[in-house]
Amino acid sequence: MTDPPPDREISLEVSGLAYAYPDGHQALFGVDLTVERGSRVALLGPNGAGKTTLVHHLNGLLAPGAGTVSVAGLPVTGEHLKEVRRRVGLVFQDPDDQLFMPTVREDVAFGPSCAGLRGEELASRVAKALRQVGMEAHADRAPHHLSFGQRRRVAVATVLASHPEILVLDEPSSNLDPAARSELAAILRTLRVPDADGRARRPTVLMVTHDLPYALELCPRSVVLSGGVIVADGGTQDLLGDAELMRAHRLELPFGFDPRSVTAPAG
Amino acid sequence: MHVPDGFIDAPVSLAAGAVAAAAVAVSLRGARRELGHGRQQAPGADRTAPLAGLVAAFLFAVQMLNFPVAAGTSGHLLGGALAAVLVGPYTGVLCVTVVLLLQAFLFADGGLTALGVNILTMAVVTVVVAYAVFHLLQRVLPRGRASVTGGAFAAALVSVPAAAVAFTGIYALGGTADVPLGRVFAAMTGVHVLIGLGEAAITAATVGAVLAVRPDLVHAAQRLDSPLELRTSPAPDEAAAPRKPVRRLWAAGLLLALVLGGGVSFYASAEPDGLEKVAADNGIDAQEKAHATEGSPLADYAVTGIAGARLSGGLAGVVGVGATLAVGTGAFLAVRRSRAAGRAADERS
Amino acid sequence: MGAAPADTLYLPVGSPVHRLPPQCKIAAVCCFVVLVVATPREAFPAFAAYALLLACVAAAGRVRPGHVLKRMLIEVPFVAFAVLLPFVAEGPRTDMLGLSVEGLWGAWNILAKGTLGVAASVLLASTTQLRSLLRGLERLRLPPLLVQIASFMLRYADVLAGELHRMRLARLSRGFDARGPRHWGVLAKTAGALFIRCYERGERVHLAMLSRGWTGTMPRSEEEAATRAEWATAACLPLLALLVCLGGWTL
Repeated sequence: MTDPPPDREISLEVSGLAYAYPDGHQALFGVDLTVERGSRVALLGPNGAGKTTLVHHLNGLLAPGAGTVSVAGLPVTGEHLKEVRRRVGLVFQDPDDQLFMPTVREDVAFGPSCAGLRGEELASRVAKALRQVGMEAHADRAPHHLSFGQRRRVAVATVLASHPEILVLDEPSSNLDPAARSELAAILRTLRVPDADGRARRPTVLMVTHDLPYALELCPRSVVLSGGVIVADGGTQDLLGDAELMRAHRLELPFGFDPRSVTAPAG
Repeated sequence: MHVPDGFIDAPVSLAAGAVAAAAVAVSLRGARRELGHGRQQAPGADRTAPLAGLVAAFLFAVQMLNFPVAAGTSGHLLGGALAAVLVGPYTGVLCVTVVLLLQAFLFADGGLTALGVNILTMAVVTVVVAYAVFHLLQRVLPRGRASVTGGAFAAALVSVPAAAVAFTGIYALGGTADVPLGRVFAAMTGVHVLIGLGEAAITAATVGAVLAVRPDLVHAAQRLDSPLELRTSPAPDEAAAPRKPVRRLWAAGLLLALVLGGGVSFYASAEPDGLEKVAADNGIDAQEKAHATEGSPLADYAVTGIAGARLSGGLAGVVGVGATLAVGTGAFLAVRRSRAAGRAADERS
Repeated sequence: MGAAPADTLYLPVGSPVHRLPPQCKIAAVCCFVVLVVATPREAFPAFAAYALLLACVAAAGRVRPGHVLKRMLIEVPFVAFAVLLPFVAEGPRTDMLGLSVEGLWGAWNILAKGTLGVAASVLLASTTQLRSLLRGLERLRLPPLLVQIASFMLRYADVLAGELHRMRLARLSRGFDARGPRHWGVLAKTAGALFIRCYERGERVHLAMLSRGWTGTMPRSEEEAATRAEWATAACLPLLALLVCLGGWTL
């Protein structure tokens, strides 16, 4: 393992976060979550638990009704939004929502060019991000000409190009065939992103998912969000092994899958 | 539907282009207001481009949806009135304009010099008239979903012939072929009322379908969600009650359109060519539509318009639309009164 | 998956016409069409000259005549109308068949100018990619917002067609077969559902844009402006057409 041990820097701090939609439906009831820099955490929870609502708070798409969110020490509020959105790379569930530009290259360039990058610097950022996900050969294709797995990888590249500190992935394994699934896992496991000083570092990964084996494969730590609060937080293997907890929150392991029989990845 | 080059002379085409450009400029400003109010108050919260782009794509796609009429023929939605009711007049004008623009540049559908004419009639007039009719009826009619769908019906019904009237006006100014306005154009009004009727039925049903699931997305119905419903009688009665006015509304509209269409067709029977032409158009349309949904909306894009249909209206058209408006409004007023009376009776009992 | 919008008219062959910057081509075609429309209908040789000009452009752009002709089908409804004109127009009649002279002129006028217009547009679309067409329009000062809307529309047209197609399959597989107006309700529900999906997707796309630091202006593609030589090349078409048009008026 060449990975340095995760240091004690905090990438993400959510405290007492509550939110109600304008139509009155309350989705979050006081969420507390701290994620250390460089770690990989799975956010598990049944449908309607508030996962997407929580994710939309992490880069200020939604403003908290109560509580605070801070990213790398910056509070997610008006003046810091621009920097926060650069640091938090949000990968949407449907790559078609994320890839809105006419070609792959322009789409990957969208984030950095919004941040003011131009010319040679922009081109090399785009090329590097595409190389990281193995899509450099498809730079000039239209997104709808790619397979679903390729589109998902390009979607990851679109946020990598902004050199994020945190990657937030919404259901990254949904609709992927097994090969595409393990390709993506390999990419996420080996990913390095330069920080402000230009050092290559592991990005913090927060992965929202229903795919419990995938969570176990990639994330040493998991949190379970249910009914708008965090109900469990711990090692993924331990949480998945707690059959009662899983059942209580509509998280069911695939038939024949025993989390204790799998060696959890180092990390 | 799309006017080609050479139909309208150069000066009038350019003038129409200037007017259309001004209307689009106004819409660009207005659309930001219409679509701007998102949940997210953040820098760059301007949602106009993605939302209007998707609505334009929707209009484009929905024109691919086949509505079978009878005996193998089918028609499709034009979408101007639908856009006006669903996303508001400014966004509606923008979206239809973008569709027309791309059709002209990418598919050679509609002449480049006639772009102004096409935008003016199909985007501006259709959407604005539809919205005006809709807005007017919403003021007159009681609040409720039935009024929204009914209003959408009337708006679409009027907007199609209105576009024809607008085109006739332009044609009178700059038409290159010397056709006696009154005669042939009157013959075409029958077609137009029929097209408008189909458009109205589909528009109203589509608006109804959206209302049922996401009423907040119907721009023109946004006032619906302000007051909460207070129930004084059991729910089933309430649910059943609004259906009646809708049916009556539609029946009235149908009857009206049939009378109009029938009358004009009778008038037109002295002019067989006009009717033959219509038949030919419908045939073309049906053939083209059959495979349009199979692949990409753009790949199979071909002749979709009903050309001569645009060429209706004329004096008889004006009269027809005026009558439609008058009778339509009368029908709505009657329904409203009877409904109010019914409610009063309920309260007494 | 449907074919890309780009596949419709565009012919991916390299040619001098293909390589011209889009803004030059758009401007040239627009001027050309205006001149055609402004030509008096009696000037038969002028229209032949226009057709010849377009044929030269087609040859230079390596566009096969068949490609253009096939696409001209779009004109059919208007041909039908033009054919009718001699029968319905007023004025003196010909000896043969009793057609209206004025109507014949009108029909000729619409057919000639309409056909030339369609052919010119088809040539433009065949030699210019969708993307560059939009960029060209932007360069010609079409409001950026309009260009953005158009570009989103093109991006998602295929996605929507796919959704529409799946909904149709879902209807078919449940034994629904639309036969007449009785079934409009179901189809309208499809349209309504499509609208909701479109709008919600628009909202999600907006969120995705915000997430990546969008501040209301699209990053502009960095492309050099057209050179003077390129403008001059593109200007050949309208300039020659201007000569033809003037010739048509003086004849």
